[in-house]
Amino acid sequence: MMLILAQSAGGEMGAITLSHYLFVSAAMFVIGMIGFLTRRNLIIMFLCTELMFQAAGLALIAFGRFHMNHTGQSFVVFVLTVAAAEAALALALVVLLFRTRETLSAEEWRELKG
Amino acid sequence: MIRSLAQATFNHVPIEFGSGLSLLVPGLSLLAAVLCLVFAAMRVKSKLPAWITVGCLAAAFGAVVMLFLNIAGQVRVVEAFEWINITWGDGPGQAFVANWSFYVDNLTLIWMLFVTGLGALIALYASEYMSDDVGVPYCRFFGAFSLFVFSMSCLVMGGNLLVLFLGWEGVGLCSYLLIGYFYKRPSAVAAAKKAFIVNRIGDLGLLIGIFLTFTHFGTVEYKELFAEGGRLGEYVALMKAGHVDQIPFVVQLIPVLFMIGAFGKSAQLPLFVWLPDAMEGPTPVSALIHAATMVTAGVYLIARMYPLFLCSSYALPIVAWVGALTALVAATIAMAQFDIKRIMAYSTVSQLGYMFCGLAVLSSTGGVFHVVTHAFFKATLFLCCGAVMHGFAGQLDLRKLSGEMKIKGWGIVGVAMLIGCINLAGVPFTAGYFSKDMILAESFVTPGMAPIGWILLFTAGLTAYYTFRVFFRVFVGPVEFHPGDDHHDDPHESDGSHAGDHGDGGGFHPHAPGWAINTVLATLAVASILAAGLYFIDKQDHGWVGHMLHSSTAEYEGAAAYLQVEHDPHAVDPHMPDAYGQAESGGHGTFLGLDPHKVMYYVSAIFGICGIATAFYLHYQGRTTAATAKADELLPAFGPVARWAQHKWYVDELYDFAIVKPLWVLAHICYLIDKLLVDGLVNLFGAVPRIFGKTLRPSQSGELHGYASGMAMGLAFIMLVVLVLTIRAGVGS
Repeated sequence: MMLILAQSAGGEMGAITLSHYLFVSAAMFVIGMIGFLTRRNLIIMFLCTELMFQAAGLALIAFGRFHMNHTGQSFVVFVLTVAAAEAALALALVVLLFRTRETLSAEEWRELKG
Repeated sequence: MIRSLAQATFNHVPIEFGSGLSLLVPGLSLLAAVLCLVFAAMRVKSKLPAWITVGCLAAAFGAVVMLFLNIAGQVRVVEAFEWINITWGDGPGQAFVANWSFYVDNLTLIWMLFVTGLGALIALYASEYMSDDVGVPYCRFFGAFSLFVFSMSCLVMGGNLLVLFLGWEGVGLCSYLLIGYFYKRPSAVAAAKKAFIVNRIGDLGLLIGIFLTFTHFGTVEYKELFAEGGRLGEYVALMKAGHVDQIPFVVQLIPVLFMIGAFGKSAQLPLFVWLPDAMEGPTPVSALIHAATMVTAGVYLIARMYPLFLCSSYALPIVAWVGALTALVAATIAMAQFDIKRIMAYSTVSQLGYMFCGLAVLSSTGGVFHVVTHAFFKATLFLCCGAVMHGFAGQLDLRKLSGEMKIKGWGIVGVAMLIGCINLAGVPFTAGYFSKDMILAESFVTPGMAPIGWILLFTAGLTAYYTFRVFFRVFVGPVEFHPGDDHHDDPHESDGSHAGDHGDGGGFHPHAPGWAINTVLATLAVASILAAGLYFIDKQDHGWVGHMLHSSTAEYEGAAAYLQVEHDPHAVDPHMPDAYGQAESGGHGTFLGLDPHKVMYYVSAIFGICGIATAFYLHYQGRTTAATAKADELLPAFGPVARWAQHKWYVDELYDFAIVKPLWVLAHICYLIDKLLVDGLVNLFGAVPRIFGKTLRPSQSGELHGYASGMAMGLAFIMLVVLVLTIRAGVGS
């Protein structure tokens, strides 16, 4: 179905084209970025990064499909795997950080100040 | 080519008698040095290091005697191991070979005989003299002592100029270590530094001389340098034929450079200031290093390189003038000093001047003979002064000691001192008399050197005076003594015995020398007397030393030549180098129209006896206290001259003003340049990144959101650029 949609991109009005996917991806990315920049809760910030991650993955799949090339899709499968592992690690880190300072605020951590 | 030649020679030299023995001499002394270091590490608290040193040095002496008995008159080249061997081509002069080899000929044997013999005796003396320091300092002392003998044996036995140079620096190092033995005393440290630095000036000359020798002759090995038919041989032949002007300038320059080295090591006129200060070291060191052996290294160098010196038209005349002036200046200073050890030090400087003159007036025999006799009697004198110093708690002022010979237990010291003094003063039929005489006579014989002869003759009178001044003041006359400040060796004495006390020193009991000191003094005194016999052995060759030098590099036919001339005084000496201007003076010189060889025995004896008589009248007759003598009444007659002499002619002050101060100022200017310019530049290079980093540092806030917004802005910027470029591209197409 995606194949048909993609092939008919710019053809029939109302059809879902590559641009739609890209718009969705961009929106997800911007939402994630805004969330990351505005929120102070470490878990929320982490979720926002995941959101940006998935936005990038979505763009990859869309392009892969558009070019009829499976590399993008298979790449995303790997990215998802790595993301799962990374999520486990990151959450464990957040737990540790919480135990140290008894808060989830990112502002408590500024040891790297030059 | 040279390399292969050298290797071929070494590879096919059969094992001859003497190879092992020659290696034994430096080997034993090095062994003693290493053992002493081990003892120091083990903190041995006994006299073991002294006995080891005495034993090793005595064995080394035995080895030298064996060598002397078996190979005297021959030349042995012993290859110990390959050291430097560089080739960069097959042509001549394209290889630099300096192996660790030993070159043993008669000249070497003379030096080794007295270096190891005196070394063993003085080590025995030091075993008692240094007994207050038993422990690590004792080990340190004997370690440096043995190391000195090792270095000295490398110096005189080395088979090439490089080994000689290593030995030369080695003895300098040991001298530095031993002068600074009492390193807690600032004056000792200053004296050690002074000796080291002044010697460096001379060493530079020696080093450049060695470089030039290599560039010109293509080798630094003696056996190639002195080989028959070599280039040096050609130059000597040229010189003998009276064509000095055909010898290249470089060859004439080399001996001048060597001479500078010799002046540094042997404390001659411009560079003599270190030797009197070197008396800060323990007395056995002064006796061995700074009187008998190390300071004669300069004489050895000239004797070893004698053919080269003969090829230069200015080297030997300069040596003669410097030697004579040094002899005179040092003798005048010695006359006005009060510290008996310093008097002996200046006397050494003065006598070294005689030795140089001996070499310079073409009497290498006289010069080397004086080295040998001087080694014995000057060691005796120093060791006697050391015994006094040891016994009277460091007192060396002749105004505070008197009549020591009459005190119980000091007889041997007094007699040994007397024997040393008559040798130094040149009393007839002593060893010192014969050796000095040979130099004096020869300086009148050699054309153009008569002024040197007159200076030396006058100095001989001064020598007799200052020598017996010490003897008459310290050893005879009324008994009186004031001990010095060194109380550490006599814990029982009362407080009333400090220096400056009147009478016979209150509760102080002089510490009479023990068996070791007495044995050594007696042996040396007897040896000093017997040394006179060397003059009568092999008389046709001008004594034993002349006979020995006959088959060494210091051989010169001058001695044989004037035997012929004696029959015909007007004949031109065919063997006199052109440098001495034979054409003008017409050969054999005379002493006031008489033959110097016959008349000099009487003339020098008269000068010596006049000196002794003056000393007797001024310092013995009618003297009732230690502090005053008739000489004091005479002092005003000399006006300021006596004071100038007492202040060593202000040479130290002059050097301080003319050399040390300007160098100090220059050093500080250099310091400022370094501080401001060089350091400034380096600091600038450091400062630029630091300022850069300082300005950028606030961007590293450490806040997560700061970094995140930075990244977001960067991303936005890149997106913007991409967008603009895309639109432009779209417009362009």
